[in-house]
Amino acid sequence: MDKIQLDLLSKVADLHKTPEGAYNIRANGALGARNTTANVDIVSKTDKDGIDIIIKPNTKNESIHIPVIISKSGLEDLVYNDFYIGEGADVVIVAGCGIHNCGTDKSQHDGIHTFHVGKGAKIKYVERHYGEGDGNGENIMNPTTVIEIAEDGYMEMETTQIKGIDSTNRITNATLAKGAKLVVKEKLMTHGKQYARTDFTVDLNGEGSGANIISRSVAKDDSNQIFKSNINGNNKCSGHTECDAIIMDNAKVVAIPEITANHIDAELIHEAAIGKIAGEQLIKLMTLGLTEKEAEEQIVSGFLK
Amino acid sequence: MLKLENISFEVHTEDTHKGILKNINLEIDDGFVAITGPNGGGKSTLAKIIAGIYQPTSGKIYFDGVDITDMSITERANLGISFAFQQPVRFKGLTVKDLITLAAGKKITVSDACVYLSEVGLCARDYIDREVNASLSGGELKRIEIAMINARGTRLSVFDEPEAGIDLWSFNNLIQVFEKMHNKTQGSIIIISHQERILNIADKIVVVANGEIKQYGDKNDILPALLGKTATSCKALMDNA
Repeated sequence: MDKIQLDLLSKVADLHKTPEGAYNIRANGALGARNTTANVDIVSKTDKDGIDIIIKPNTKNESIHIPVIISKSGLEDLVYNDFYIGEGADVVIVAGCGIHNCGTDKSQHDGIHTFHVGKGAKIKYVERHYGEGDGNGENIMNPTTVIEIAEDGYMEMETTQIKGIDSTNRITNATLAKGAKLVVKEKLMTHGKQYARTDFTVDLNGEGSGANIISRSVAKDDSNQIFKSNINGNNKCSGHTECDAIIMDNAKVVAIPEITANHIDAELIHEAAIGKIAGEQLIKLMTLGLTEKEAEEQIVSGFLK
Repeated sequence: MLKLENISFEVHTEDTHKGILKNINLEIDDGFVAITGPNGGGKSTLAKIIAGIYQPTSGKIYFDGVDITDMSITERANLGISFAFQQPVRFKGLTVKDLITLAAGKKITVSDACVYLSEVGLCARDYIDREVNASLSGGELKRIEIAMINARGTRLSVFDEPEAGIDLWSFNNLIQVFEKMHNKTQGSIIIISHQERILNIADKIVVVANGEIKQYGDKNDILPALLGKTATSCKALMDNA
């Protein structure tokens, strides 16, 4: 692996060396490196590009890294990854995609991730998207995440896109069975002429299921963001969706939170707020000796922390 | 240390213009000075003019002999002026430790931050990682605001009505914080306040009303007259005394 690829790997997966546990590193559309453990198997698909990650029931305290890095300009990559998380397992999965595009062609990575979270299983899924490059080539990422959580399963999804992705369409569809819980924390920052669309659909099908979707975003320069989330309460359940955006310069932000109750005992809440940085916040930090620009940076980085 | 020379501040609306401050001349040396007076008299405006948040319509401000009239908020802060807001600002995402670190202007350890919090009567362990957001009460925010000023440790600290909007219990604690500050301070503290107990800690008192300085002198000379005036004008207070 060359320096650019190693650098991308550290940005998207905090990896500075070969990770411990199971991993699958995909570099420029092909398998870069793979490791499996006694409890975690990773198998290449035979009918299309992608892998199956099979985690045995009751696997505890293991982490699985599956980063994708693209350093070749003009590469278009489409990959299907299926995760089978066995009953009672408790694991952390770190995915991420980094693009370094120093050419003038478009680089694109579309990942379709499907999570089958078994009964009583607990998973934390961390996903980071990052782009860089000194050419004029566009960096595009369109991740689709499909989540099926069985009875009493729990999934926490932390998804971050802070820099360098010119266009993204992020789709997440989740279905929850009895007692299942889903927590999503999205952090997003767009700048330049970037475009980001987020679309969550959550079906709370099981009794006592619950979802909490929280999105914080900052839109700078001439960038465009659209946030859409729809929680369907189809049983006695609780759902909360929240979109909080800071708008700067000439950016545009659209927030469309939607909740649908199809059951008398569905309790659903949505909140959405868009606004610029409050003048008094800037003034407060300036009275501590920061310049206006430094104050703005502190407020934005704190907001997206 | 701080000198205001012929400071005026006017607000213009479509058909009127109103003088909020009228030709203020004030010189403050080291020590603890309280500014008091009726609501709407121009006290907060005066404090904001000192911090650089408002620009005076005319007049000059000198800090340690340097003309700071045209300096920005940031430049004044870096010269050694601190300002505690009447309504502390909330930040989504920034923690108490973040703000105290920014105030200190350098990397500080958790135990350093804890010292500042303990000084204002907060149990540091409970607060250090809290976000300075709507989950904190008014009294907690006020104390964090004061902890930030202490962390800065500048030559001049200006507090705009630190007692505003907090409950009695918090107020009693607040008084102790200022008493302590008075005993160990090196430099100047200016507090805008209506509270007798705060005025009582001050070395000097300035009375501002109707945009003008009505009185300025030693606490012992001014406070009895101020309290006397309140008492005679309010029969209920007299009866309860």
